[in-house]
Amino acid sequence: MTPRRSALFWPQMAFTIAVCSFLVLPVVLSMTAGLSVNWQRGPAGGLTFHWIAEVWALYAETVARSLAIALACLAGDLLLGVPLAYVLARHPCRRTRLIEEMIMLPVAVPGLATALALIILYGSLQGFRSSSLFILVGHVLFTLPFMVRSVLAVLSALDIQTLEEGAASLGAGPLRRLATVILPNARPGILAGSLMVVTLSIGEFNMTWMLHTPLTQTLPVGLADAYASMRLEIASAYTVVFLLMIVPLLIVMQLAAPGSSNQSKGKR
Amino acid sequence: MSGSVLGRDHRILVVLLGAPAVTVFSAFWLLPMARLAVFAGTGPSGWNAYLAVLTHPQYLESLISTVLLSVAVTAATLGIGGVTGFFLSRNEFRGRSALVGMLTLPLAFPGVVVGFMVILLAGRQGLIGLLTQALGAGKLVFAYSMGGLFLGYLYFSIPRVLLTVMAAAEKLDPALEEAARSLGASPARVLRDVLLPGLKPALIGAGALCFATAMGAFGTAFTLATRISVLPMTIYTEFTLYADMASAAAMSIVLGAVTWAALALARNATGASVAAAA
Repeated sequence: MTPRRSALFWPQMAFTIAVCSFLVLPVVLSMTAGLSVNWQRGPAGGLTFHWIAEVWALYAETVARSLAIALACLAGDLLLGVPLAYVLARHPCRRTRLIEEMIMLPVAVPGLATALALIILYGSLQGFRSSSLFILVGHVLFTLPFMVRSVLAVLSALDIQTLEEGAASLGAGPLRRLATVILPNARPGILAGSLMVVTLSIGEFNMTWMLHTPLTQTLPVGLADAYASMRLEIASAYTVVFLLMIVPLLIVMQLAAPGSSNQSKGKR
Repeated sequence: MSGSVLGRDHRILVVLLGAPAVTVFSAFWLLPMARLAVFAGTGPSGWNAYLAVLTHPQYLESLISTVLLSVAVTAATLGIGGVTGFFLSRNEFRGRSALVGMLTLPLAFPGVVVGFMVILLAGRQGLIGLLTQALGAGKLVFAYSMGGLFLGYLYFSIPRVLLTVMAAAEKLDPALEEAARSLGASPARVLRDVLLPGLKPALIGAGALCFATAMGAFGTAFTLATRISVLPMTIYTEFTLYADMASAAAMSIVLGAVTWAALALARNATGASVAAAA
């Protein structure tokens, strides 16, 4: 038995579907254009992998670089962010609140500003400026808050002080407590944060456009290049390659999320 | 107090665990930003570079058009996201989660990709142009104008607002609406007296987030229109084309302060933190 719908149900449904089409239609268009022999004639003019192959020949390097930077960024965020999240969760006070606020700044301030600041202070260090490391630093700054928040939300929902004191009373030292009590409990947060960080790093453009050099192009930088100077079919095929990388991550993220209701219950 | 049971080892450990992140952040964000703020004052006009955003006609025009665009996008997105988000949180039907999934898909699209989506819709070879041409109305192309930017900003803003509204609507007790209805309130009155007040914090939060994201968005404008001077594009051209680095630095600091303030407002309104990833 279907519940009785209000008179407003179908108009609202139609509106929601219209909004959804606005968001999804261009994605479908880019897939069609990237796989069609000729965009003007559409899929009826024949389908081909020619454009995808062309993208691979032109831009494979940017895909590899983006993946490498994303993984390095994840490693950096795990090393810096997980320990920091523990400290913030374990000792909530004015000072740690301030640190939490501060590390959010690279997300609150446009990436362009952060990139200019990095260039002005460190741009003259040639070896650093011209390497992928320069981009990596920007990505770590931008993604760190997401890792910290994700882990913090999980840890704050637990009474980690009591857990730790229990372990301490049984004779576990500080490092042992971290490894056997804190980290296993933080795992869902670390997992969600990791997926988020990799997704954001692969797609980061605003900062990367300023930080890259012709020899350190990433995927989104290559996309901007293709949009400006390649035919529509190649630009579309490249977009398809990008979507193939990012959409599976998004789907896993939604499935692995510890329940959206659980997350919003986290106090912070 | 917290250290009483766990002792000095624990305190040392806490410092050691927090130090790496704080050090990296200080060296690569705080220090460069401080340098950028000072650098802005080293140009030919000195500290007046900060005022130039308001006094230099071209910069002022860019600031005004960016603010107007962001306000328009925020208003439109709140309307669209409010209606769809509330609808999705209050109704159960088959395919609902698939619909939510599709509506939040663009969340991880970088601005450049969003720009390209607009080109596919309204560009020189875009779908809208092909359709209007086929209908004999001439080719309608507006991707590379303010209209295209508006469409693009709408594209990346809707998913964010939608999620915020859905989360807030789920916490709002449907019994309130039913009570109002059973007492004879019209749908318009339920909206005005029950729903809008209940969703107000979420709408303010989502609106501020939307505004901040639109103000700082660079990728979409970069793909669509190098001629339209929204503030991030102006900063970019001053820095790269005219090498007026002091002005670019001053404008980035001003822009950063604006987006940060908008997000701080969002946080105070919702009581929870929100994150913007343009």
